[in-house]
Amino acid sequence: MAEPATTQRMGFFTDTSICIGCKACEVACKEWNEVPDDLVGWAGRSHDNSEGLGANRWRHVAFIEQRAPLGDQRANFQRDGGDFRWLMESDVCKHCTHAACLDACPTGAIFRTEFDTVVVQADICNGCGYCVPACPYGVLDKREEDGRIFKCTLCYDRLGEGEEPACAKACPTDSIQFGELEELRERAGDRVQELHERGVADARLYGEDPDDGVGGAGAFFLLLDDPEVYGLPPDPVVTTRDLPETWKHVGLAAGALLAGAAACFARSGR
Amino acid sequence: MSPRRTERPVAADDYYGRPIIKPPVWEEREIAGYLFLGGLAGASSILAAGADLRGRPALARRSRVMATGAVGLSLAALIKDLGRPARFLNMLRVFKPTSPMSVGVWILVGYAPLAAGAAASDVLGQRPRLGRVAGLGGAALGSGVATYTAALIANTAVPVWHEGRRELPWLFAGSAAGAAAGWGLVVAPRAENEPAVRMAVLGALAELGAERLMERRLGMIAEPLHEGTAGRRLRIAKALTAAGALGAGLLGRRSRPAAIASGAALLAGSAFTRFGLFEAGMASARDPKYTVEPQRRRLAARG
Amino acid sequence: MKGPLDFPLLRQVLGEDKLGRGPAVKSRRSELRARTATADRVVGSVCPYCAVGCAQQIFVKDEEIVQIEGDPDAPHSRGRLCPKGAATKQLTTGSSRERRVLYRRPGAADWERLDLDTAMDMIADRVVRDRAEGWEDEEDGDLLHRCMSIAALGGATLDNEENYLIKKLLTGLGIIQIENQARVCHSSTVVGLGTSFGRGASSTLPGDLQNSDLIVLEGSNMAEAHPVAYQWVVEAKARGATIVHVDPHYSRTSAMADHFVPLRAGTDIAFLGGVINHVLTTESDFREYVLAYTNASTIVGEDFEEAGADGLFSGYDAGEMSYDPESWQYEGAFVNAASGQRDQEGNVDRLQKSELGGPGGRGHIQRDETLQHPRCVWQIMKRHYAAYTPEMVEKVCGVPKDVFADVCRLFVENSGRERTTAFVHGVGWTQHTIGSQYIRAASVLQLLLGNVGRPGGGVMAMRGHASIQGSSDIPTLFDTLPGYIPMPHAHGHDDLDDFIAADAPARGFWGNMRDYAVSLLKAWWGEAATAENDFCFGYLPRLTGSHSTYDTTMAMVEGKVKGFFLFGQNPAVGSANNRMQRLGMSKLDWLVVRDFSLIESATWWKDGPEIESGEIRTEEIDTEVFFLPAAAHTEKEGTFTNTQRMLQWHNKAVEPKDDQRSDLWFTYHLGRKIRERLAGSEEERDRPILDLTWDYPTEGPLEEPSAEAVLEEINGRGPDGKMLSAYTELKADGSTACGCWIYCGCFADGVNQTARRTPKEEQNWTGGEWAWAWPANRRILYNRASAGPSGKPWSERKKLVWWDEGQGEWTGLDTPDFEATKRPDYVPDEDAVGPAAIRGDEPFIMQADGRGWLFAPAGVADGPLPTHYEPQDSPVRNRLHEHQRDPARQLYEHEWNRYHPDPDEPGAGVFPIVATTYRLTEHFTAGGMSRWTPYLAELQPEFFVEVSPELAAERGLEHSGWATIVSARGAVEARVMVTDRMTPLRVDGRAVHQIGMPYHWGPNGIARGDSMNELSSMALDPSSHIQEVKALSVDVLPGRRPRGAARTGLVEDYRRRAGITAATGVS
Repeated sequence: MAEPATTQRMGFFTDTSICIGCKACEVACKEWNEVPDDLVGWAGRSHDNSEGLGANRWRHVAFIEQRAPLGDQRANFQRDGGDFRWLMESDVCKHCTHAACLDACPTGAIFRTEFDTVVVQADICNGCGYCVPACPYGVLDKREEDGRIFKCTLCYDRLGEGEEPACAKACPTDSIQFGELEELRERAGDRVQELHERGVADARLYGEDPDDGVGGAGAFFLLLDDPEVYGLPPDPVVTTRDLPETWKHVGLAAGALLAGAAACFARSGR
Repeated sequence: MSPRRTERPVAADDYYGRPIIKPPVWEEREIAGYLFLGGLAGASSILAAGADLRGRPALARRSRVMATGAVGLSLAALIKDLGRPARFLNMLRVFKPTSPMSVGVWILVGYAPLAAGAAASDVLGQRPRLGRVAGLGGAALGSGVATYTAALIANTAVPVWHEGRRELPWLFAGSAAGAAAGWGLVVAPRAENEPAVRMAVLGALAELGAERLMERRLGMIAEPLHEGTAGRRLRIAKALTAAGALGAGLLGRRSRPAAIASGAALLAGSAFTRFGLFEAGMASARDPKYTVEPQRRRLAARG
Repeated sequence: MKGPLDFPLLRQVLGEDKLGRGPAVKSRRSELRARTATADRVVGSVCPYCAVGCAQQIFVKDEEIVQIEGDPDAPHSRGRLCPKGAATKQLTTGSSRERRVLYRRPGAADWERLDLDTAMDMIADRVVRDRAEGWEDEEDGDLLHRCMSIAALGGATLDNEENYLIKKLLTGLGIIQIENQARVCHSSTVVGLGTSFGRGASSTLPGDLQNSDLIVLEGSNMAEAHPVAYQWVVEAKARGATIVHVDPHYSRTSAMADHFVPLRAGTDIAFLGGVINHVLTTESDFREYVLAYTNASTIVGEDFEEAGADGLFSGYDAGEMSYDPESWQYEGAFVNAASGQRDQEGNVDRLQKSELGGPGGRGHIQRDETLQHPRCVWQIMKRHYAAYTPEMVEKVCGVPKDVFADVCRLFVENSGRERTTAFVHGVGWTQHTIGSQYIRAASVLQLLLGNVGRPGGGVMAMRGHASIQGSSDIPTLFDTLPGYIPMPHAHGHDDLDDFIAADAPARGFWGNMRDYAVSLLKAWWGEAATAENDFCFGYLPRLTGSHSTYDTTMAMVEGKVKGFFLFGQNPAVGSANNRMQRLGMSKLDWLVVRDFSLIESATWWKDGPEIESGEIRTEEIDTEVFFLPAAAHTEKEGTFTNTQRMLQWHNKAVEPKDDQRSDLWFTYHLGRKIRERLAGSEEERDRPILDLTWDYPTEGPLEEPSAEAVLEEINGRGPDGKMLSAYTELKADGSTACGCWIYCGCFADGVNQTARRTPKEEQNWTGGEWAWAWPANRRILYNRASAGPSGKPWSERKKLVWWDEGQGEWTGLDTPDFEATKRPDYVPDEDAVGPAAIRGDEPFIMQADGRGWLFAPAGVADGPLPTHYEPQDSPVRNRLHEHQRDPARQLYEHEWNRYHPDPDEPGAGVFPIVATTYRLTEHFTAGGMSRWTPYLAELQPEFFVEVSPELAAERGLEHSGWATIVSARGAVEARVMVTDRMTPLRVDGRAVHQIGMPYHWGPNGIARGDSMNELSSMALDPSSHIQEVKALSVDVLPGRRPRGAARTGLVEDYRRRAGITAATGVS
């Protein structure tokens, strides 16, 4: 059910261990946010036939086929050991605590909402594109035919009405869970414990740690393999963390430029 | 478009070889050009101010004109590259200290009128005192215009740019000085071009030194600086810059044609440097290994 | 805030947000509100795709649909939707729907516009003309009273009310060739479950899976075909249940399972037979349950001969390729089946001359509770399944002995008093030449383990279309009348008495068949139906054998059919052997297609493969084609019956646009126009259509007939005209009228019970207060069996309904599927008939003996016990019986419906690879509702074939390259998906390769590709007349298929190499 509107930090917990790769999240998101269709044709990446997260796809389901065991599941294939597992993960904007896109945006088009989510305001964005390379997850992108940048809004408009985001509402198995971040983190911790007890040793959380490079994600995940296998950065850092250091060097270099120039005019004739 | 893999994808350290971060959506001509022109403009204002104070009127005037032209062009490039150019003014809606793009725009907003004013007063011979003040202001802000672009690209997740954040400002400062000096050598009469020659040599030394440092510190991330288009451009850039500086230093004071040739080489070298670094960043963004491997090592180090 | 101070930079400087990352930079335009909150109204609806029937809410603003999403109150779907359901708004409001009538003149190269009313008149004229032409009055003395020149296909995507009008109108016209998707999807389920338990529908609901300790998904790709129902499997797993998926192909369903058991396509009966053998030999059955509730102890007549090594039961006629099941009957008794092949020629004479005596002259059933009698069902089964050993299972199915042992262990461990096991199946089981027996095998196993009628048990049939269950209940099918009353046959059904005598058992609720039949006749012919004229029983057209959609296809090919209606069905992609489908349609005089978009079945005459190959020339096709755009479920009201037998009312949200109309509108007004044309006719054959009750109130500017009025007729009225509340109120004296007896009660107390939407939080897990389920709102069938013979639940953990001695009635969590006040210790007197003849401890109240049928003495055309035969086209020899294939299967002789050689015939090696087919989450059946929907099309844009790395290496197939797949019927090309999910199996000492193909594509729409059914053949199950498309043999080549005539050439070349003739594979 939808949560009441709140000033608590709201977010997603995507539990990939119960994702059935149905892509309801992708379609529900497109229906609600009126995201354009983007047919790119056969890609042959298992059942993934899209370009990943971008301006025209705010939820994206990744499919990874591996000859590896998953807990005590048995695939019984009659080839090397018979182990097999099929990982599926619905990716989405992480709504970082320290959001590089938000820091980088020069117009204030990207802002932090009362739900502590990160939203691009389409009526402000001038398509400078600075947020695109700023994001350590490659979430944002420019919609070519439009010129502006688009990404998941965590259904800001629905949250205002106390409704849950379209993807979370549709998700048939509750792999996508929406709620207060604190509560979700607890639930996720228990779930990992449970999976470990069931012998799924590879289960781990991704993005739930407030001490990570982005100060913790508002949308975090339970993964069954290393992040990079899903196309996620193993140790993302908000680029602005290093901005002071950068500015320091810019300042020194600028000063040196002036000084150097002055030197060029020193003790020359008149 | 996605790279179509014909071999069957098997469990790997990446997701079907797809990039993790999004390469910038910037047009190379506009944004790499912007990096070059910004440097040229900023440093030209500085050179012009010096020349003005030290009574080298031709160098001063022609550098001021170049500064104005270059900043005008760079602003045009910046606006053209926007998805919604009509919304350029949204840049002035807010001041974002966390956004080099915002800081840079505000610097430009201050700088452009000063540079233009200085040039105008000089060319029209009006209000020389005011022109000089504008010129000095322009020089002060020009140092920012010439170097802030290093912060602009370093403040991204693009591996080469972000990891090069310490050296890039020095590299850009040197490259800007080289470009401005190059212009000075091309346009200034021999009698006036001594500061330009010195600036050329200093600039080149700074640029090449910083680049060397950067390559060493980046380790495997430095690969794109040597490979493919970026590698080619940067090799050309180094050659041109070195040759330009050498030519200027040895012959610039004696032969006008040599000065012009060296100046042209320096200008070209600076441009190649910016286009090379731009492409190197794109390449490092396209291949997920430059994102993954350093981060993994970081994790491993943390244990 | 407003005014100059509103400028962000000022807000930043003056306000809290110094860095300009929050409130300071928020645009006033971002103060937006959700469309769901600003809608003018919210309309309760139901998803139009699969049979899970997820409840939807439609948000309407300014008479336009602004959003469609799941209804969180629904107990079965809990507000969730799959990608298809989530795309409902784009489906219904998108640009891919046609809005105007299109008409193709005979020989014309393209469409032209036609106005709707003209089209309706033209169609009515053609029906009247060709009906007269194709009329048959009688055949050697037997009354036929039918029209064979017109046929219809479709109904599974329609509302019950629409199916009801279609069946009523066409039957009134004497048309019998009425079929729909239910034939080609789950007809085997109806036969299998119906003969075993008494009702041919799922015994339980997906939500009940949460109570299972073991869930065996076999023949079902549930996570992909029914994602929202799969939430209950995930729920069960979270509660500690074990999930087993047995399938030839590792799908998204397998990814969640604890055990994936790959087996060779088409060998499930060998597999299940092995488990049955394990249970019998280890005596690990639920003995008390088996003794009390099944026919294990019943003694079979001495004429019965078991299927030994040759695989033939007694009564087989090699010439006819069919069985006379008389010898399968019980000792000293005669029982009718509750479903399946109920009418057996000669039943009437047989019963007349029999000296069985006993109630209804059906004799007395004899039992041996010690199970020792050599002819008791138990002993017969032990002998029959003795050959189904683990070694044999490994040999036939390719399932290693240790894996099989695990499965057997799981079954036994998770059955009994305290634990239950559920089966989930889909069309992976039904679509075989022995499909009905697949379902029977699962039913037998569940009866042995005592898992039927109990929480977390049963056989969950996952049906595929929004109302495909409804289109079976209110059948747009040739062989039944509403409520599974059989259609009368020409032989021995001259009057109602003979009909009842032949087809109705003496005992159980089918003993009241006369009540149901007469009430139906009254509903259809009202005043005209009187006791004197046998309630117009003579008005019903008569069958002579099978008139399935495939028989109709052949009749079309032979030019016997003039006119054909397609209601939301796409046989040119969805039916077996697409070429035969198109060939048949090209021989029609006229074709009416009612759909959303221009599906392949509407455009074959201009762009079909035969046009491309030059075999048929457009200008030589004289078929007139009418395309009438259909209204969507959002634009009409009515009921869908979902996979759990639940009727859900969906309201109209907006009006249809332009020429778009509901099928209710089309059928009603077509009927009106036909009746106008026939008015005053003296012709005998016109009486039924003129006497038909056809006066439904219409509403609105479009004169839309009232669906509610139709549902009221379906529910039924008493003498006082009031709505009936239960089928037990029906009478045979003509005082009650009821359009579908099993739906009687859906309008109880004059209230539309199907529109009930009580939130899940306010009721128990059975969801009994949400909408209405047949029969009598019972959610889990045979739930009397959840209690022991004494009426007490077998265990606290698995209680459902029980006998309340204090109240003197049955009570519990669900509506008891039993006479409410019949005591557990009730024993009928000797000559009791009907329901009264069922004991207080016999839970299967529709069965002639009140028992679950381990052994089916009647109803299944190819044997009383499930027996393994190989698929029609199989590269593997049958190791269990001499008969390679089902001896009674239904075949069709045509040069474009050739079959493959026997495994040991020369040329058998030409088609060495086993192919299976399935659905993807992102598409819907033949694609009519997904290939034109951009949000879905982009997710699975092209037809592909899944192959193992081993086969890829062997055949030089390259991942994401192309492959050509060939059978004796056709050749298709597909993108190659090389995946570990396909695995070769060791079968009978050699490696057998299997490939998998989703069957959604065709040449039209946004997502295009060849259609898998170009490869499949028309070879049917004899009881259900379903085609075999889940297991066939093919060959695979690297690269794209030849174009044009060369494509046909390739197929002909293969046939030559395989030495295929008309005689191949038909012995």
